[in-house]
Amino acid sequence: MTHISVKVDGTTYEDDVEPRLLLVHYLRDRLGLTGTPIGCDTSNCGACTVELDGVSVKSCSVLAVQADGSEVTTVEGLAHDGELTALQRAFHDKHALQCGYCTPGMLMAARDLLREHPHPTTDEIRHALEGNLCRCTGYQNIVRAVQAASEEEVPA
Amino acid sequence: MIPPAFDYVRPTSVDEAVRALAEGGEEAKVLAGGQSLLPLLRLRLAFPELVVDVGRIPGLRGVREDGDMLVIGAMTTHHDVVHDPLVRRHAGLLAAATATVADPAVRHRGTLAGSLAHADPAGDLPAVVLALDGEMVAQGPRGRRTIAARDFFVDYLQSSLEPDELLVEVRLPKADGWGFHYEKFHRVSQSWAMVGVAALVRRADGHIAEARIGLTNMSSVPLRATATEQALTGAGDAEAVARAAESAAEGTHASQDASATPEYREHLTRVLTRRAVLAAAGMG
Ligand SMILES: Cc1cc2nc3c(=O)[nH]c(=O)nc-3n(C[C@H](O)[C@H](O)[C@H](O)COP(=O)(O)OP(=O)(O)OC[C@H]3O[C@@H](n4cnc5c(N)ncnc54)[C@H](O)[C@@H]3O)c2cc1C
Ligand code: FES
Ligand code: FES
Repeated sequence: MTHISVKVDGTTYEDDVEPRLLLVHYLRDRLGLTGTPIGCDTSNCGACTVELDGVSVKSCSVLAVQADGSEVTTVEGLAHDGELTALQRAFHDKHALQCGYCTPGMLMAARDLLREHPHPTTDEIRHALEGNLCRCTGYQNIVRAVQAASEEEVPA
Repeated sequence: MIPPAFDYVRPTSVDEAVRALAEGGEEAKVLAGGQSLLPLLRLRLAFPELVVDVGRIPGLRGVREDGDMLVIGAMTTHHDVVHDPLVRRHAGLLAAATATVADPAVRHRGTLAGSLAHADPAGDLPAVVLALDGEMVAQGPRGRRTIAARDFFVDYLQSSLEPDELLVEVRLPKADGWGFHYEKFHRVSQSWAMVGVAALVRRADGHIAEARIGLTNMSSVPLRATATEQALTGAGDAEAVARAAESAAEGTHASQDASATPEYREHLTRVLTRRAVLAAAGMG
């Protein structure tokens, strides 16, 4: 067992974990933060994307012990007091989800993009989301939602 | 899937890491960005007894100049490489090729050194470092040694690093004044190269004075297209480049898989080499 201290969505947790525990399993099984889903076994789908110290990572491809001393933001840490962020609202308004399985990862990847490029082109949006697969929407509305959010004054 | 159980250490210096690797022997594995190792563990294709996490060793991340060389620390991520002003200025080929690796989340964690140590023939960066005439600096219990890129890649997923050696930095001669282009052919976004061609071209008086070409995924190790490199000397127009590119697949040993036959890969090599050289030479 290895001792870790991780701040997740604003709360600091201290835990003893097996080194082989993946960050996504730590979030879901230990902390009960099931907003972050697991979509594949090959690190390809991006459904599990969270922010680790401010940048997007695939939480299925990070060990919980590697997050020791770090700050994690999951999709559950975005809205405050039930108030959705501009990006979340744009996903809702533009019908950027159907089953919703890819949505947490899409949101986290899109946040990352908007931090680096506050006003991306549709090409830049598509490139930035290339590590996130969606089986339902055909992506069009996801791209529209990210673009709509980028046009708002409020930061995503 | 859940990875197999292993012991874990997180050394705080290179010496400590090397000691841990030496004690762990063949059963120890370095963990850098984890973007190749963790998928392997999840698929239960690797069973290390000890994982040595070098991610927090101070001084291993970052890019600096050393005279005519660019020195890239082992924990420098793909994302760092793509955005680093020194890399963009002196090794633009590496920045351009790294931008085609995987996706932003993987690039935030994965490292240049990890890609090289992993020695996957489909990885984009081995052929790039080979074309740049780079060298790797390894540290082990017997001290430091420098390995030229042409001696570093031994076979499929096998580098010349010993199990108790840590790759600490990658050194690249500055390629100032060279035109460059990385041409990657893949079927879907985010997937690995079916074939990739890394081209560096130095021009003088409107002609190609010197060319260096690295091939991705045309053998169990990255290759240089030496016949084409020689044939390009003196080439002054697109037709001469196209003629030289005809020999790009000479000496290759492409594999057969679900997406391509060796013959198709050879064809791609010729076409992509022509495109890459034309773009690098500004003749496209
Ligand atoms: C979805 C996905 C898509 C990808 N697509 C591409 C692609 O298109 N092109 C491409 O080139 N790559 C691709 N990759 C691989 C990616 O580039 C990895 O980051 C890289 O191969 C490994 O770097 P790492 O730092 O993550 O190494 P790790 O996974 O930590 O380690 C990889 C191997 O190298 C060894 N190692 C690592 N660092 C050192 C060191 N300093 N000294 C000694 N040994 C070391 C480890 O022991 C291990 O055996 C992809 C990965 C994923 C998950
Ligand atoms: S679960 Fe698919 S990338 Fe993490
Ligand atoms: S909405 Fe179903 S996978 Fe994207």
